[in-house]
Amino acid sequence: MEYILSWLIWLPVVGIVVILFIPREREYIIKMTAVVTTGIQLALALFLWSKFDSGLGTFQFIEKAEWIPSINIFYSLGVDGLSLPMVILTPLLSFLAVFVSWNIDRAVKGYFALFLLLDTGMIGVFLALDFFLFYVFWEVMLLPMYFLIGMWGGPQREYAAIKFFLYTLVGSVLMLVAVIGLYLNCGKTFDIPTLMETAPNALSGVMWWGFSAIKIIWILLFIGFAIKVPVFPFHTWLPLAHVEAPTAISVILAGVLLKLGVYGLLRINYPMLPDAVFWFSGAMALLGLINVIWGAMCALAQTDLKKLVAYSSINHMGYALLGMAAVIAAGAVNGGNQAAAQAGLSGAVFQMFNHGTISAMLFILVGVVYDRAHHRDIDGFGGLAKQMPLYAGMCMIAFFAGLGLPGFSGFVSEFMCFIGAFPVFKVIVIISTIGILLNAAYFLSAYKRIFFGELNEKYKDMPEINRRELLTVIPLAVITILFGIYPRPFLDIISNTIDHLIYQVTQMGGYAGF
Amino acid sequence: MNNLQSLSYYLPELLLVATILVSVIADLFLKKENSHQVGLWILGGLIVTLFSFQFIPKNDITTLFMNTIAYDPFANFFKILLIIATGFIILISRESHELSNIRAGEYYMLLGIMVFGMFLMASAIDLIMVYLSVEIVSIVSFVLAAYLKDSKLSNESGLKYVIYGAFSSGLMLFGLSILFGVTGTTKFFEIRSVLGSADPDAFLAVVVASVLILAGFGYKISAVPFHFWTPDVYEGAPTPVTAYLSVAPKAAGFAILLRFFNDSLSNGGVLENLDFGYTGLPWPQLLAVLSLITMTLGNIVAIQQKSVKRMLAYSSIAHAGYMLMATPLLSRDGIYAILIYLVMYLFMNLGAFLVVIVVKNQKNGGESFEDFKGLGWEMPLLGGAMTLFMISLTGLPPTAGFIGKFYVFYSVLNADPSFFWLVFAGAINSVISLYYYVRVIKVMYLDGNRKETISTPSKMTIALLLGTGLPTLIFGVYWSPIANWVESSMHFLFHTI
Repeated sequence: MEYILSWLIWLPVVGIVVILFIPREREYIIKMTAVVTTGIQLALALFLWSKFDSGLGTFQFIEKAEWIPSINIFYSLGVDGLSLPMVILTPLLSFLAVFVSWNIDRAVKGYFALFLLLDTGMIGVFLALDFFLFYVFWEVMLLPMYFLIGMWGGPQREYAAIKFFLYTLVGSVLMLVAVIGLYLNCGKTFDIPTLMETAPNALSGVMWWGFSAIKIIWILLFIGFAIKVPVFPFHTWLPLAHVEAPTAISVILAGVLLKLGVYGLLRINYPMLPDAVFWFSGAMALLGLINVIWGAMCALAQTDLKKLVAYSSINHMGYALLGMAAVIAAGAVNGGNQAAAQAGLSGAVFQMFNHGTISAMLFILVGVVYDRAHHRDIDGFGGLAKQMPLYAGMCMIAFFAGLGLPGFSGFVSEFMCFIGAFPVFKVIVIISTIGILLNAAYFLSAYKRIFFGELNEKYKDMPEINRRELLTVIPLAVITILFGIYPRPFLDIISNTIDHLIYQVTQMGGYAGF
Repeated sequence: MNNLQSLSYYLPELLLVATILVSVIADLFLKKENSHQVGLWILGGLIVTLFSFQFIPKNDITTLFMNTIAYDPFANFFKILLIIATGFIILISRESHELSNIRAGEYYMLLGIMVFGMFLMASAIDLIMVYLSVEIVSIVSFVLAAYLKDSKLSNESGLKYVIYGAFSSGLMLFGLSILFGVTGTTKFFEIRSVLGSADPDAFLAVVVASVLILAGFGYKISAVPFHFWTPDVYEGAPTPVTAYLSVAPKAAGFAILLRFFNDSLSNGGVLENLDFGYTGLPWPQLLAVLSLITMTLGNIVAIQQKSVKRMLAYSSIAHAGYMLMATPLLSRDGIYAILIYLVMYLFMNLGAFLVVIVVKNQKNGGESFEDFKGLGWEMPLLGGAMTLFMISLTGLPPTAGFIGKFYVFYSVLNADPSFFWLVFAGAINSVISLYYYVRVIKVMYLDGNRKETISTPSKMTIALLLGTGLPTLIFGVYWSPIANWVESSMHFLFHTI
């Protein structure tokens, strides 16, 4: 198990090779290959969790090998408390998404091959400890995603796919400039742990066109990651991509891809540019607020159920941004409020995980009803609770989790983000609690319109949610409720890494250095 | 070094000339339908030439033939690159239906002559030799572009090429003679030392001369505003010729451009401290703006094209722009980046044109986006390869194109911050280029439907697809061999950089 991280990354590639050799008529075998591949990956991830030492707070299971010695590129992997939750979530959602895509009927072979390639890219980003490797994995995701949306998506799929591709590429090329900038100014290394130590000092005093290089690199990286999160005003690709993508891909998109943005900010921006964290956190909190309110307002106006869920994603990521901005509470200027920073950052990481499970659940459930009715118009149903009681029950769990009802994991993480941010950003936090109210409004009103009232005659023969679909929802529901009642196991994993990060940001950064 | 001594260093060229002569005679004895065999003769000769690089003194750096051409690793790098490109083109030409019904003996012979001309371009250090080598390449290119005698477009392309070519080489010749008039010598290194102590009054003449000479080189690498011939010539010429023009003369053009500016106009010889300033013209800024305009124009016009071949023509202009990004400072990193980029560009661009040729064969000469419809379903191998080439041309990892861009961006960011804007321009241009490259992918996969029958291209085509596709992929993941090769080629005649 020495190379467990490499196995996690390259297992899907093995799966791809196997799939390529299976004749395209043997669809069942292709699907089973995907199931087995992602299943083993999930088992490996859980094994990794069991071996993970959460007391350390530093990188573990490190693998390092020379790649391109002439410019110091290494194949370097490692996992810490920040990446571990995502390393578990990614295979979990991939595994479930394979079952969600069971009904794909077009070019099955291509679909699953691309799906597994996407899987490799995603988990690779979470595990890479070399910035160059990180960037390569980051970009590897783009092409499969383009195809998965563009070929198996809804009516506007081509437009959605190219829009997604162009938006993300803008972010990534700016990130590339920042990567090279960091490399050149910080001792010519791409090693992320090394950069964390050298970058804060090496960059101070470096000027680009009269601006501090710290600020410019921060902005470049922030745009790159913000497009993925997505932060207002870079969010416009998201509703479209979500709505047009097939259900399984929406699950992956919401569950994992959006997390890459937050993860990137915490992994790269925070430790490497701590000065700019203080400079930018006000703006970040404000952007979080805009995300919360804007996402909720837009969700309120939707008649398409999937679009509603998509906008709720924007709203949910807003809380995470708010929590991330809270880290400056621990700075000396703000009284060194360690507890608030701890709560805010943990809340953000937790929110990122919870949104992964909750929105995945929501998208799967939307997919269930769409497969049966072939539309997603909220007002086009009515009274479904009588026809599909089990489905209505599952939806209730998902909707309640989505609106942040106490008892579900979403509540815990949102609450942590709020209390973390409150000492520093009082007004912003107070205003953004309106978001919670709006959340409840759109989720509950959608629920009412779909499930209560008279049963729509058209759907009186609508079959109940089947076993395969239940299998995909129940694990997520269990996780949501479990962490809602007892979040300790999760917070234990991340707490030491978060402490480490706060220490890094507050010790290395400040208002000086520009 | 005198003429006789030079011969031992000149083994590759001698072998090349011998090959050309043999093939001229061989062609006389071949029937029309067998005339494509000449290609194999030339190919054999090129392979022998490639091997002969083993037998010449590798590490010597000297001048040959009374100081007219340089013998240095930099030149040898380009020579090897050009042989590889020509080898591919010969094999690709044999696959193309465009050329299959005409007598093609001369065609291959001309390719051989062009290689010889480009060898000279890569090593010329004398103004006369500069002009002669550029002209050899140009004149052969004119003939090749118009090789399809019955095709109106091909004739038009040849004629346009001649007119633009004559004009720009006239400008260049004018520039060269002014430079000779000012300095009284034709040798690069003497020009540099004379200019170092020249009368300031002469600077205006030098500036004019340099701009005129730049026009000649810019024409070869199809940089804006000397690019006007490119789209029409690329569209009308036989597709293998288009592929060739987009790669080989471009590489040779960069070789001569780098060598000329580096050897004759640089101040001290150490490139890091290079300063064009004494010619009175802001050279770095000028080249930077040229690069910006070249890539932006190439990309924006490429978006509107209906023909894939023409789109690739504009894309090749854009790529010249990316490579020019690294020229303004002529730093070591910059030259390094250009060399790496040329290697990567060779494989991906030849591959893309190869796919166009196969589609053309399949669709009776169709080369529009319409003809690519459903290609990914009809011929999965071809579609997959084209997807790879398009991704690589966009510059996404893990492909060779990304590595090229990475080094170019790197070289600019490692230079003076006043040029950083160029990196952003390059980055945004990459995004623009994505739009039209992905359009090919879209047409191939998204617009077509699954076909029950899959057709496979010929064995030779598959081999060529692998020959261009695998390097495109492998050098995107592991490019140390290329990096080392380029590293060891960074020795110019008079200074090691």
